[in-house]
Amino acid sequence: MATTAATVHAAAPSESGLWSWLTTVDHKRIGVLYGVTAFIFFLIGGIEALMIRIQLMRPDMNFVSPDVYNQLFTMHATTMIFLAVMPLSASFFNFLIPLMIGARDVAFPRLNAFSYWVFLFGAIFINLSFVLGGAPDAGWFGYSNLTSKQYSPGHGVDFWAIGLQILGIASLAAGFNFIVTIINLRAPGMKFMRMPVFVWMTLVTSFLIILAFPVITVALVFLTFDRTVGTNFFIPTAGADPLLWQHLFWLFGHPEVYILILPAMGIVSEVLPTFSRKPLFGYPVIVYSGIFIGFMGWGVWSHHMFSVGLGPLADSFFALSTMLIAIPTGVKIFNWLGTMWGGRLELKSAMLFAIGFIILFTMGGLSGFMHASPPADLQQTDTYFVVAHIHYVLFGGAIMGIFAGIYYWFPKMTGRMLDERLGKWHFWLQMIAMNLAFFPMHFVGLLGMPRRVYTYSANMGFNEMNFWSTVGALMIAPAILIFMWNVLSSVRNGKPAGNDPWGGATLEWAIPSPPPVYNFASVPEVKSLDPLWHPESREAALASNQMHGPIHMPPSSHWPLVSALGVAMLLSGILFGWYVGIPGLILMVVGIYCWAFEPCD
Amino acid sequence: MAGRLQAKVPFGRYALAVLACLLAATGCKLEQFPQSTLDPKSDYAWAIQRLLDQQVFWVVVIFVLVLVAQLFILVKFRARPGAPEPKHIHGNTMLEIAWTIAPAIILTLVAVPTVVTIYKTQAPAPAGSLQVRAIGHQWWWEFQYPELGVTTASELYVPVGRTVSVAIETVDVMHSFWFPAMGGKRDAIPGRVNHMFFKPDSTGTYMGQCAELCGTSHANMRMKLVVNAPEEFDAWVERQKAAPVHPDSTSLAAQGKAIFSQGACIACHSISGVSAGVIGPNLTHVGSRSTIAGAIYENTPENLGHWLTDPPARKPGSLMPNQALTKDQVAALVAYLTSLK
Amino acid sequence: MSGTAVAAHDSGHEAHPTSTGLNSRKMVFWAFIGSECMLFGSLIATYLVYRGRDKVGPHPHEILNIPFTSFSAFVLLMSSLTMVLALAAVQRGNKRGTQIWLAATALLGMVFVGGQCYEFTEFYLEGLKLQTNLFGATFYVLTGFHGTHVTVGVIWLWSLFILAGKGKLGPGQSLDVEICGLYWHFVDVVWIAIFTLIYLIQ
Repeated sequence: MATTAATVHAAAPSESGLWSWLTTVDHKRIGVLYGVTAFIFFLIGGIEALMIRIQLMRPDMNFVSPDVYNQLFTMHATTMIFLAVMPLSASFFNFLIPLMIGARDVAFPRLNAFSYWVFLFGAIFINLSFVLGGAPDAGWFGYSNLTSKQYSPGHGVDFWAIGLQILGIASLAAGFNFIVTIINLRAPGMKFMRMPVFVWMTLVTSFLIILAFPVITVALVFLTFDRTVGTNFFIPTAGADPLLWQHLFWLFGHPEVYILILPAMGIVSEVLPTFSRKPLFGYPVIVYSGIFIGFMGWGVWSHHMFSVGLGPLADSFFALSTMLIAIPTGVKIFNWLGTMWGGRLELKSAMLFAIGFIILFTMGGLSGFMHASPPADLQQTDTYFVVAHIHYVLFGGAIMGIFAGIYYWFPKMTGRMLDERLGKWHFWLQMIAMNLAFFPMHFVGLLGMPRRVYTYSANMGFNEMNFWSTVGALMIAPAILIFMWNVLSSVRNGKPAGNDPWGGATLEWAIPSPPPVYNFASVPEVKSLDPLWHPESREAALASNQMHGPIHMPPSSHWPLVSALGVAMLLSGILFGWYVGIPGLILMVVGIYCWAFEPCD
Repeated sequence: MAGRLQAKVPFGRYALAVLACLLAATGCKLEQFPQSTLDPKSDYAWAIQRLLDQQVFWVVVIFVLVLVAQLFILVKFRARPGAPEPKHIHGNTMLEIAWTIAPAIILTLVAVPTVVTIYKTQAPAPAGSLQVRAIGHQWWWEFQYPELGVTTASELYVPVGRTVSVAIETVDVMHSFWFPAMGGKRDAIPGRVNHMFFKPDSTGTYMGQCAELCGTSHANMRMKLVVNAPEEFDAWVERQKAAPVHPDSTSLAAQGKAIFSQGACIACHSISGVSAGVIGPNLTHVGSRSTIAGAIYENTPENLGHWLTDPPARKPGSLMPNQALTKDQVAALVAYLTSLK
Repeated sequence: MSGTAVAAHDSGHEAHPTSTGLNSRKMVFWAFIGSECMLFGSLIATYLVYRGRDKVGPHPHEILNIPFTSFSAFVLLMSSLTMVLALAAVQRGNKRGTQIWLAATALLGMVFVGGQCYEFTEFYLEGLKLQTNLFGATFYVLTGFHGTHVTVGVIWLWSLFILAGKGKLGPGQSLDVEICGLYWHFVDVVWIAIFTLIYLIQ
């Protein structure tokens, strides 16, 4: 078996070239692939957002048609949630989790590659709809019965339903992988309560993914059956209940909210201590809060459905459970403030984004608390107030957290520092632009502007606020351009980072930047929660750079790519026909068999 | 405790109003926002407003506290040259308990009135309420008064001071019935009948709109609420119950009636005694309405003419097709329809 | 290493003890089964929510053949027993026993799938199609999903059977059989739930 083993020395020459990227099973490379791909979709989703805002800049605008507008907001949300924020988080999971727990790779490197390729094909599939007869236009929540063949006769909804099933497979594969990686591949001494908070949040997120995605898959399967073979799962005239869709969707959808935000909370919990020069305040409380949020996330789904009339008992129950979730969330915020208190704050770009996260996420959390109360929610739901809320938690929360993570770990990923001056420009411009764009939405919503309307009359009092929202949205674009310029120039010409540019506490800072393919020359031993901050545990961690004998790394494989292509073709065959589906099935079966029987050591 | 909370109400309301006005930047009158949720005109809307006031108070207080703490930390603990390495503190149990209990108390203060309001506003409507059926169509609202035998579209007339009980239904996809001045929204769900009730407390005209994505012209599914004095409302009902006007046989309107009753119109529209279509709005008294096409255009002869000439061009996705009417036919139809006061 | 599990991975990790002492492949399978529980839970919940809402027949009580399905349920339960025996055989290094019991399990699974095909055909001839009513839609999709799982299991079992025949399935690879067994028992348990909720409690 040793004949097929790729040792470090054998792997080194084949490190570049397209084929090496297509067949890579290295978690760091897959992390980069995830990150770059997700960022491209972040830009696409951003362009969709700008088109939406231009249409709403003035009353009665004709920048896009109503149908195109419906496609834009549906695809903006679908793209940002499934093709940008989730895979950006996955990028961090991939790159960082093995480094943080002292492992050489994830538990199932090829499954990891498979996950990325399925994600890529699913993302391309959904976006193909733009050129193949119209994108999905029934909202990212796809409420039945608007999604039925009768009311959505085009193929947009088919692309959406099948595309999300493909993406679900990618998320599930990643979820399984990270659960086992985190539970099973921790370095000696890395007890659960010594794991960095980011690792904890990844673990909670992974559990949410593997338990939530099957539910949406079932709902999407029903919808696909309704639209392709004419079943009646969501056809009210046949006795079906359109609320079944809403229950299934939100039973997935609310855990999904935490799937989006918990990783960002994990990132911030890593960034704050480093730049405060002080360990995380209340580590166990932050961990337990995250777990509690993960559990409670299953008991609040109907707060998305207060307006459907579930009755006072259900409304009260879901109101109380939703308010209960505010407690661990608040506790996290207080602990982050406690971390900074008494510290020596170094306001690097990463730190600025983390602090921005705290302020903006607090705002988003508080507006969320307002519509936890059903009577108030009945005035706020489906208005711009909720649009403001989700953008404070997802743009102000998840995206700010992700940028904090990029500024923090970019040196580890590339070995180069990002430019701090550009980073600060990026931060301030984005902070101002984002508040200008989203803060007025609270008020335009309370003043009665519904969501998902392509136009409004001039006499409703919505004009000025919409105008300023659009100006703010347009200002986000240059902020992102500054960031892109910073990345592109720093990746070549940035200052060399060295192993530990920030003086971080966690294991990834013990090894070179970028890390060697095997991460740790020898398996590190973990002796404390902040291994690099205590003299004794620091020495043990740094000793992991000394090599003792040869290292066996998993060889690269093209079967994950083949299998992923097969899965995507098989499912897209539902829409494209048997001449795509059958070859897909064959590819998938061949891919999985060859994968299973491939020697991998 | 109730008194203490009451005392705080103005603060939340001021905070909202001040911020709203700052943003509006065009002077500060609530009338400029005909669809505002912050200008309650019914018992139901007031119940929500009182909850909101209390929430806004806590939300502003908590946010200011967090913001001040964050800014203080930024100033006080910013790294300065020569500053010593911070002490490594890992936590403080008393603090953790305190900042778990404090939000729990605030949440309880909001949760109790929340649950009370839920039960109060979702109780069965009081006896003697005015019964209204609000039926969502792509993309307009039909209003029926089953006790009064009146059917109209896009404009809901109710008397001040009497509870209105609305049964909310749909004939196609989901919609959501929402007059912000009267209170929260309620979805219209295929196969179900939803209920809400409210008692308007002042006369006036208020705007409403469908609040659930329902397809292409979701944005154009608007409606108007006219709250009248009871005697005015009764007079309106009498007019609506009256038979439609019969135009003079020589008039342009009579030609319009002929076109209407011989053309495709009757397949979808009802005019009492003329036709019995149920797909489009009932036109028996269309001339008495102030708007057409889902309350997006004023009901002027000119607008009506434009509308009849090419409905989908005036309202994207409109299920009323372009009938390729000639100019003369349109003029005759406009004369007929506007005569149906 | 050669396993039929999709999740098969480099034994580099297996060679080292894991943090918990539990095998990673076994752990990922347990996670997978947790995920599958949510899948079948949602399917079964939909069936239950929609029960009795149909406007047109055939209705469940008119069409379900409980004696026949009891038989196929029994067959599937028996296959769990043979699966256990297959695992015991492979752990003892008994190649012949391994092959016999794997084949027995796969054949019992095929009998079950065959029974399901027969049942579907009967129902179809009696007028219950996917499109007929909510019962048809929920019943066929739920039991179809389960049948697909059984079919995948049968393919998996025959693959192990071939491996055993080539002598590549010794006690060192008993984990491959154990994981397949986990899957097989799970599919059985799901059938018990479906059989109880759909056939017995109407």
